[in-house]
Amino acid sequence: MSLAKPAMRGLLGKRLRFHLPIAFALSLVAAAAFKYGVTEPRKQAYADFYKQYDTTKEFNNMRDAGVFESVRTTGE
Amino acid sequence: MLATRALSLVGERAISTSICVRGEHGVAKVDDYALPAYFDRRENPHPDVQFVTELSAVQKSLKEKEKGSWATLSNEEKIALYRISFKQSFAEMNEGTKEWKSVIAGMFFFIGMTGLVVLWQRKFVYGPVPPTFESEWKEKEVQRMLDMRINPVEGFSAKWDYENKEWKK
Repeated sequence: MSLAKPAMRGLLGKRLRFHLPIAFALSLVAAAAFKYGVTEPRKQAYADFYKQYDTTKEFNNMRDAGVFESVRTTGE
Repeated sequence: MLATRALSLVGERAISTSICVRGEHGVAKVDDYALPAYFDRRENPHPDVQFVTELSAVQKSLKEKEKGSWATLSNEEKIALYRISFKQSFAEMNEGTKEWKSVIAGMFFFIGMTGLVVLWQRKFVYGPVPPTFESEWKEKEVQRMLDMRINPVEGFSAKWDYENKEWKK
């Protein structure tokens, strides 16, 4: 026969040496993508929102709309 | 003792397929399924028996030649010896079948049947939907959510323009 003898040993080691670095790299990429795609923009959005937030104005608008149970609307 | 010696003249294979002496009390028939069997399995690479049980004259002489040096065997003889011992090679036994087509077809069929059943149920079994699904009710719900400033940073109320009283473009 002219077939080469197949690999009999070290199969798991070979698989791990190939797949583990890829797995680590992809995990890091996924984490970085989530951080810079989701959490950082979200933190920025909250910061921008509260920079211009006028608490009293919003409270009065909500009171006039009648959504509070313990605060009456103005002019009652 | 005498019986087994007599039976050995009939042939090795004949003993296992015909009768077997139990003690001195009589014979018990041994059925084929109780004997070691040949089967092609990936996880059991060396079955209990060889595949070809009745060797022809050519095969018998080949088996004799196998007892000598294997360097003298040609490639065809090696393949013939392999085929005496085994029915299918690993490549042959591991081949995929076309079964997946039937599986997918069955899946689609039963999903379709379920869809028909669901449609029938919607028409003939379920009662009317609650009033909270009507358009006017939903409009009032949305207005109340906007008044309460639900999710004003990134979510629901963030998409409403409070100055112009319309959805943001």
